[in-house]
Amino acid sequence: MKIFPLTLVPANTRIDFMRYRHIFITIALLAFVGAFAVIGLKGFNFALDFTGGTAVNVRFENPVSVDDVRERLEAADIENAQVQTFGSGNDLLIRVRAAEDIAHIDDNAELAQHVLEAATTADNPGRILSTESIGAQVSGDLRKNAIYAAIFVLVGFLLYISFRFEWKFAVVASVTTLFDVAVVAGLFALTGREFDLTVLAGLLSVMGFSINDTIVVFDRVRENFRGVRAEPLEIFNRSINQTLSRTIITSLVFFLSVLALFLYGGGSLEGLALTQMLGAVVATLSSILIACPLLTYGVLKVTKQDLLPKARDEAALERRP
Amino acid sequence: MLEFPRWKYVLILLVLAVATLYALPNAYQKNPSVQITPSTSEARIDEALKARVDGLLKEAGVTPVGTEIDENHLLVRLHDSDTQTLASDTLRPVLGENYSVALNLASTVPDWLSNLGARPMTLGLDLQGGVHFVMQVDQAAALQKRVEGYADGIRTVLRDARIGYSSVERRPDNSIGVVLTEGADVNAARTQIATSLASASGQTVGGSGPQITAEGNRLTVRLSAGEVDRIAADAVEQNRTVISNRINSIGVAEPVLQRQGEDRLVIQLPGLQDTAEAKRLIGATATLEFRAVTGDENQAAAAVASGNIPADSRIYYNEAGAPLLLSRRILVSGDQLINANPQTDSKTGMPSVGITLNSAGGKRMLDHTLQNVGQRLGIVYVERIPTVRIVDGQEVRSARSVERVISSSTIQGVFGREFQTTGLSREEANDLARQLKAGALAAPMDFVEERVVGPSLGAENVERGVTAVLYAFVFTLIFFMLYYRMFGIVTCLALILNLLIVVAVMSLFGATMSLPGFAGLALSIGLSVDANVLINERIREELRAGMPPKAAIVTGYEKASDTIFDSNLTGIIAGIALYAFGTGPLQGFAVTLIIGIVASMFTAIVVSRALVTLIYAPRKKLKSLAI
Repeated sequence: MKIFPLTLVPANTRIDFMRYRHIFITIALLAFVGAFAVIGLKGFNFALDFTGGTAVNVRFENPVSVDDVRERLEAADIENAQVQTFGSGNDLLIRVRAAEDIAHIDDNAELAQHVLEAATTADNPGRILSTESIGAQVSGDLRKNAIYAAIFVLVGFLLYISFRFEWKFAVVASVTTLFDVAVVAGLFALTGREFDLTVLAGLLSVMGFSINDTIVVFDRVRENFRGVRAEPLEIFNRSINQTLSRTIITSLVFFLSVLALFLYGGGSLEGLALTQMLGAVVATLSSILIACPLLTYGVLKVTKQDLLPKARDEAALERRP
Repeated sequence: MLEFPRWKYVLILLVLAVATLYALPNAYQKNPSVQITPSTSEARIDEALKARVDGLLKEAGVTPVGTEIDENHLLVRLHDSDTQTLASDTLRPVLGENYSVALNLASTVPDWLSNLGARPMTLGLDLQGGVHFVMQVDQAAALQKRVEGYADGIRTVLRDARIGYSSVERRPDNSIGVVLTEGADVNAARTQIATSLASASGQTVGGSGPQITAEGNRLTVRLSAGEVDRIAADAVEQNRTVISNRINSIGVAEPVLQRQGEDRLVIQLPGLQDTAEAKRLIGATATLEFRAVTGDENQAAAAVASGNIPADSRIYYNEAGAPLLLSRRILVSGDQLINANPQTDSKTGMPSVGITLNSAGGKRMLDHTLQNVGQRLGIVYVERIPTVRIVDGQEVRSARSVERVISSSTIQGVFGREFQTTGLSREEANDLARQLKAGALAAPMDFVEERVVGPSLGAENVERGVTAVLYAFVFTLIFFMLYYRMFGIVTCLALILNLLIVVAVMSLFGATMSLPGFAGLALSIGLSVDANVLINERIREELRAGMPPKAAIVTGYEKASDTIFDSNLTGIIAGIALYAFGTGPLQGFAVTLIIGIVASMFTAIVVSRALVTLIYAPRKKLKSLAI
């Protein structure tokens, strides 16, 4: 009898994930190196938030729609301009990233003219009220603070997971999270899209569900190590299979929601949605294919003893008559 | 077996009621408005002003939604931003220097809600727009201040090296004239001055740095053009940090601060309740100066009458208008102040101010008081008031400094870093303390432009985004209802309550919702979805293993709770790190994430379990679950 009318993943799957673990780890290693290579060689296409640029204040004869202007600018190859109404509906503040070799206001005159031509139409002409160069919105401290934050997150993860699980799990969970964020960042760099603050936020959320996915699987591993008599490889396989249904459903729901944002949310949400989509896929795969296999190598090799609460056992033994 | 303590139901209902109440203000739209606040003590907010403003607006053809008098300001609500601009352009020149006229987005939340402390969440600059200010550094003042600092440094090194001098003065062209006493070692003085300048300006003397020329016993220090430009640029950068601190101190989240051109700073604040207040605090440049008293009231009055003021002194006035002679040399200046705490003097009961100096200032004060017990010390309160006049139809901006002696008491004993003074009002002391904590402005800045800006993402774009988020959410709900049936409905209720709690808490905190905040919200909803999936899958698993339904529910919740706890706590650790070290938008993301995770733990573990218990506990013979 079928008790549950809808099941995406069949119950009691018995996929031998651990058999191919060497292959998964090799692929992961290549992806990891590849991600850093892409980031190092191609770099991010940083947006106005990070680089600064030119602010052009344009006055139109008639009120204009911000979104139309943005589309016209995009058509004229001025990408990701920030367009805001400025006071009245006839004035627009258009901020564009200056080309790298333009540093001074005078050189910006040409760019401003280009912006004006692209923004205006024959039946709604406009003129430039002012042109000024603007600095980055993100202050120079951000880089330094980002490094501090990363260190704090790492130490926090290591301490907490070591306390609740074991140090090997802590190291693997942190490495897997780092892997996910790096690979998603690498893939994003590969697309050549603009890297703005929302993309940064997207990467941070990748970190969030990556650690979440890994912990859910590890939690099951811990439970099975304590309750089931079996070889570590068998326990890993069983734990992954038992959580497979949950992993797939959560990831699928999340992926489809973010896909909706990517397709219908408009340009402003695309960067964010893309990083989260990539993140959903990478984090799911890594929690299934990489996290547990890493626990079988070298110093990270986990045994049943690692997870048995030692101190308490000894105390209990001593109490026995 | 399947039971749930009654107090938890009460708690859930309480949370539901409070969350609904505090999420409610977000349903009210905001009015573009113009806020008029008195900027001098003579200006009054009363019915007469209201009538005058109404008259002025009528003349200009502006029909406001309403004009209302609040505690300390007059608020004119308008229909759209065009009339708002027109209204402020009409009112600003007429009301002049006595009132500050600021643009604002006024809340329309009913009073009974606001009285409970409920307020709408601020939407970020990217989603809603806000107020755009441009501030300009007063270059002349920045330069003057820096040159005064150099001159002061030169005096100190000359004194320390025991080289006699009769004067070290800043000249109007911003060079420094040094006159040494007869027979002083000019070359030694030159070397000393060069070292002092090199350490103060970070540039070696000669070449592109400052130049020193000597003529007999007179030395002249000139700054290079490059140095002058650099001082202005430095002032903008330093002020950016200070202003950012000040904005944070008044609780405005996620402002945009960008340097514009050589000497300007763009400040954008998302939807603000009291723009006039914000402007006053951002731009305020009140400070204290400590100077030795060189002549008492009688001598000062005589000096004023004869016009014969000693070269080393200046005439200052106190609040009553009585003159006093104070030294031209600043003993301790405002940038050496660290704190000013409003206190009450225990002997007199008068308001007083506890002042803390930095170590350099403390040392100078100690040295001075050691040598001058019984002499008088003057404390001068300096405030800069920007003015706008209309000359030939053009706005002319200038600023005047108001200086007033607040205290000139006799030095009773030796003191250093910390001491008390009277003479400031409580409000002045409060403002001063707040400014000092944020740091002093490196140079005065004036507002040169103020506009309301639309959302940087564009209204249509925002609307599309919101619609997409809504559809994605509804899709998730429908999926769960189909997939988990009865438990799916419970999951949906838990998710909706989760969202309500996040919105309520964020509104209560006065947090700003921007696009990065949305990312945090999406992640926290994702984690909440995961928590519910974990529970439901675990229950299915236990049922498959042959456990009776009620036992399966209990075991499912218990085992899944452990997992949820571990995975969510790691998420919170990440959130805290981002909040502690992140800036602006990243903090927004972190706050949303932390609140979201806590709400998700509550709704998934407590609320959904309560609902399930409510549904299944009364059923005596439960054969199967709709999961």
